[in-house]
Amino acid sequence: MNVLVTGASRYVGAHLAARLAAHPRVERVTGFDIVPPAGRLRDLLAEHDVAVTTGRDRDGRGDGGVRDVVAAVTGGEVDAVAHMGVVSSPGAGGRPAMKEQNIIGTMQLLAACQATPGVSKLVVRSSTAAYGASFRDPAVFTETTPPTLVPRGGFAKDVIEIEGYVRGFTRRRPDVVTTVLRLAPFVGPDAETSLTRYFALPVVPTVLGRDPRLQFIHTDDALELLVRSVVENHRGTYNVAGDGVLALSQAIRLAGRVALPVIEPGMNAFAALVRASGIARFISHPLLRLPELSHDQLDLFVHGRVVDTRALVEEFGFRPRDTQEAFADFIHGRDLHGSGFAALRPAAVTALESVVRDGVRRVRGARTPRAPEGRAGS
Amino acid sequence: MTARARRPATATAANEHAPARRTRAARSVDVEAAAANGTRNGHRPGPSRSARARPTLTTVDSDDTVAANGYRSARSPSGTDREVRPDIWEERVADALAFLRRRLTGDYHVDEFGFDAELTDGVFYPLLRLLYQHYFRVECSGIDRLPVDGPALLVGNHSGTLPVDALMLSLAVHDETPAHRHLRLLGADLVFRVPVLSELARKGGATLASNPDAERLLRAGDYVGVFPEGFKGIGKYYRDRYRLQRFGRGGFVSAALRTGTPIVPVAIVGAEEIFPIIGNITPLAKVLGLPYVPITPLFPWFGLLGLLPLPSKWLIQIGEPIPTTGLTDDADDPIVVFNLADQVRETIQETLHSLLQRRPDPFG
Repeated sequence: MNVLVTGASRYVGAHLAARLAAHPRVERVTGFDIVPPAGRLRDLLAEHDVAVTTGRDRDGRGDGGVRDVVAAVTGGEVDAVAHMGVVSSPGAGGRPAMKEQNIIGTMQLLAACQATPGVSKLVVRSSTAAYGASFRDPAVFTETTPPTLVPRGGFAKDVIEIEGYVRGFTRRRPDVVTTVLRLAPFVGPDAETSLTRYFALPVVPTVLGRDPRLQFIHTDDALELLVRSVVENHRGTYNVAGDGVLALSQAIRLAGRVALPVIEPGMNAFAALVRASGIARFISHPLLRLPELSHDQLDLFVHGRVVDTRALVEEFGFRPRDTQEAFADFIHGRDLHGSGFAALRPAAVTALESVVRDGVRRVRGARTPRAPEGRAGS
Repeated sequence: MTARARRPATATAANEHAPARRTRAARSVDVEAAAANGTRNGHRPGPSRSARARPTLTTVDSDDTVAANGYRSARSPSGTDREVRPDIWEERVADALAFLRRRLTGDYHVDEFGFDAELTDGVFYPLLRLLYQHYFRVECSGIDRLPVDGPALLVGNHSGTLPVDALMLSLAVHDETPAHRHLRLLGADLVFRVPVLSELARKGGATLASNPDAERLLRAGDYVGVFPEGFKGIGKYYRDRYRLQRFGRGGFVSAALRTGTPIVPVAIVGAEEIFPIIGNITPLAKVLGLPYVPITPLFPWFGLLGLLPLPSKWLIQIGEPIPTTGLTDDADDPIVVFNLADQVRETIQETLHSLLQRRPDPFG
């Protein structure tokens, strides 16, 4: 099996390409992205002999446009395409570049797949952001729940549009096994996203009067499910999340952090300021990396989002780690309790508890005699 | 999934509550036994369902050892059997501290609807219980008609300007059922639009009144409470008291039919008198986007004092359940749905009349 992985220079794409390359049923993996991989991801891909095509020549010409995608798909005798090149937050090019990559990139890729008879499988990375977030939504989304309102976030809009194009593709090419995975936000010991930065802040801003329900998926489990989608046949759209729920306040406490409730416009302003000023890029301390929160995430912090994963577990025969477990692994892997910013370390709280309790016991013990028999029942 | 996992937990909770219902004196002996066994039920007086269902998190181990050690050291200075029992205040302080620690370190369980059983049992219900027992002096009858395990859809009459009746009904169900089961309320979307209120509602076990949510809860085996009159009922004038309003679209009936859940009519007398509405400031309601802004004898004239409910006498009567098994195919048949909704409505109306005869003085 020859697999093309788009978005191979980013975390999910690169790790998926590496895992596929190591899979016995996969002969060759080709990566595709608009920028070459860097840092640890480049080493990872090199280690697994995955070449990443960027559609640009040595002089930086070429735009990673339709001809390059078509060439990558048609020329490479590809029979499975894993489309991971959907970005969730604007990069250097801002929102227009993000939309260009998400929407136009997907359209071009689908066009190339449609024109290539050899392609028999398509796996698309989507997001639970496709459900939007509103107070009129049911508590738990199943794969068939339509979004109540058009989401205001760019990523959610993109995801809905992308899924629309994929549906069109499945109508035109019913012979291609098409899998769409709607992934919950990632957490894991080594993945870095705006959400993981958010939970690492010393004081975590939240929306006043809101305590949304959150769900996470462990990066390992998400990658495992993506690999299975490529090498096995799982037609359809599936929610991918860890069972169980964490309230935002609970997640912050588990991380040993203190929440700072801010009124909703204040939270929006904070996010807009971080985005607009680009201040996040100038702070290099690993625990003070300011998260660039998108509208999608701000809505998530107001309304929360929980999805049903029964279809996933039945189809794949694989149950991802619980949300609580995934989050605990994230805390442990990042050593959030060990860093100086953890105001509420469990060990410290437990120690304080026993100090107070022993103090009370001493005071009570000094007041002899003990409570007589009758008082215990009062 | 939490909802699925809850079913066995509910069943075991029923058995475990036998010790919890015993007297305090007997219970502190249980505490000893529990601490010795290393179980975590002993040091908490309330129902232990949440503790059971709670997933294993990082601090759970220390929880056990602290509790066990704590009681063991309390026991050590005295030698005799009689003084093995820890001091009642020590026990209470230890309970409160353990509760605080769990809250501070995030070591508790929230279900997929946002229901926080520990917070509800430990904070919300004790506060409501003051109103229930001493202020409204609620008398609840017919609780044994509820199915012991498995789901039920409780349908009540709605009144009282603020949904105090829903809260009192859930406390009645919790305190009177042997297994101390929780009633999961269905609330209007307005509740979930308002900050703070939305989170209190979710943590208390409520969710949006919608068919997907109702059916999900019923399939998980929960008691669900619904007030189909909605704002028409809760915001009606005092002169219309105890006259049931129209029952919406009957969505609750189709949810019950689809899941084969018995419908239990519930009549609540007493809520009509807590904030008697004698007028409505419609323009202000429109501006604020609220269904009504009431004028009561105390509100808005006395400001915040107007939020004090009048101390009416309450009666809650749980009616005979209406079985719906075998009607699953009729869930989309409007005639069946409307007829069943009417039947429920009439039952509640008749029960209200008979309850009112038992209570001639609203404040007696």
